[in-house]
Amino acid sequence: MLPYFNQDFGNPSSIHLYGRQARKAVDKARESTAKVLNAKFDEIFFTGGGTESDNWAIKGIAFANKNKGKHIITSSIEHHAVLYTCEYLEKMGFEVTYLPVDRYGMVDPQEVERAIRSDTILVSIMFANNEIGTIQPIKEIGAIAKSKDVYFHTDAVQAVGSVDIDVEDMNIDLLSLSGHKIYGPKGIGALYIRKGTKIVPLLHGGAQERNRRAGTENIPGIVGLGKAIELAHTNMEKNNKRLIGLRDRLINGIMNRIDHVLLNGHPNLRLPGNVNLSFEYIEGESLLLSLDMKGIAASSGSACTSGSLDPSHVLLAIGLSHEIAHGSLRITLGEDNTEEDVDYVLEVLPPIVQRLREMSPLFVQEKGGCQYV
Amino acid sequence: MYSDKVMDHFTNPRNVGELENPDGVGEVGNARCGDIMRIYLKVENDVIVDVKFKTFGCGAAIASSSMATELIKGKTIDEALLITNKAVTQALDGLPPVKLHCSVLAEEAIQKAINDYKEKQKNKLGA
Repeated sequence: MLPYFNQDFGNPSSIHLYGRQARKAVDKARESTAKVLNAKFDEIFFTGGGTESDNWAIKGIAFANKNKGKHIITSSIEHHAVLYTCEYLEKMGFEVTYLPVDRYGMVDPQEVERAIRSDTILVSIMFANNEIGTIQPIKEIGAIAKSKDVYFHTDAVQAVGSVDIDVEDMNIDLLSLSGHKIYGPKGIGALYIRKGTKIVPLLHGGAQERNRRAGTENIPGIVGLGKAIELAHTNMEKNNKRLIGLRDRLINGIMNRIDHVLLNGHPNLRLPGNVNLSFEYIEGESLLLSLDMKGIAASSGSACTSGSLDPSHVLLAIGLSHEIAHGSLRITLGEDNTEEDVDYVLEVLPPIVQRLREMSPLFVQEKGGCQYV
Repeated sequence: MYSDKVMDHFTNPRNVGELENPDGVGEVGNARCGDIMRIYLKVENDVIVDVKFKTFGCGAAIASSSMATELIKGKTIDEALLITNKAVTQALDGLPPVKLHCSVLAEEAIQKAINDYKEKQKNKLGA
């Protein structure tokens, strides 16, 4: 990827040698991306990231098919790139059904089927959730969408490189992916669009990406994405096996050492590196700060980490109360993490939780037999 | 994002805990919003001779509680009532804008605890 920043600077739209070299590099990345999804070469379109891909898929389908209908189906736990795009379309006169999820964060395919109306033009359900890691029954949902002749989009930003994806077998019409979630560069993504799909562009201008996505291509980003997706796919089975081992060691270790902890998400149908737990009686941000001081980088669904008043919409959607959602902690394990890292977390976390609980007025109430106020 | 002072009071909070038979208790906030602050006072001759707190909340909420207890310890009731959220924030070398409500909670908790003390005094005199 690096040579494309300063040595191979050709514009792939140019006829000259440098342009042709750049075109070749882009074609190779497109080939790699298509192969991983079992898509065709000319069904892959590079974008500026997962957010652009989601925006393009949903707005592009909505605007191109509004004469057929104005109804869209999605879920209540989508990434904001999908949710806020849907909310925008509602303001433009479209109707959106936000399907609920069960306590594991799972969408019921039968509810998708029941929600489809004669004017439904799109079903958009994420492949795997970014917060709680739940992997959706995509193949079942794809089959339903196909049988009802409705386009099916999936935001697979979290799933690519961790889950087997086959757009043919799963009847996926549009799929969003991003570079930096698979150890590729930031600011690059792709949208898979099944051949024959009726969609309008999001960006207008030049003839790049076969007239579908205007703007000079981000060549280093595209090359980086192509390489990253190829590596992620090649090593997926081996990496997943190792990550699932580390993940379950961490989850079980924490639950064995600390009382009043809840696992958020599904026990098995979850991303290999995703750990999301709620610690009762304490607030997530103070937990993150304490872990950060020990060199552990984590995140939380607490409102206090986002500056908003409400905790994560995903945690509320799986039925957690506000107070339990405030006490959530997400740890993502990756390629560089080892068993020693997991054991280090298991060593430092219990005293941190203990300290914060001793400071918490809620903890005392519980000991005295009281519940949350 | 936090000042060294905030981190110091978060890591080593002063006056954490409860008081047995406190002369005044004030609790503000609720778990739904992610913040609860409870302050206990021991008062002799209208002087706050001891103060403890318990807080459920973020780093700024814990640091604000700790700083608030430090600011009112040894002060008279009237002096303590003059402590504003601004004073708490300044003593912490500032708070991020989204965390200013934590210092407001600290001010409210002090006032509630002092009002509770005053109420109890009134009841004692009345009895």
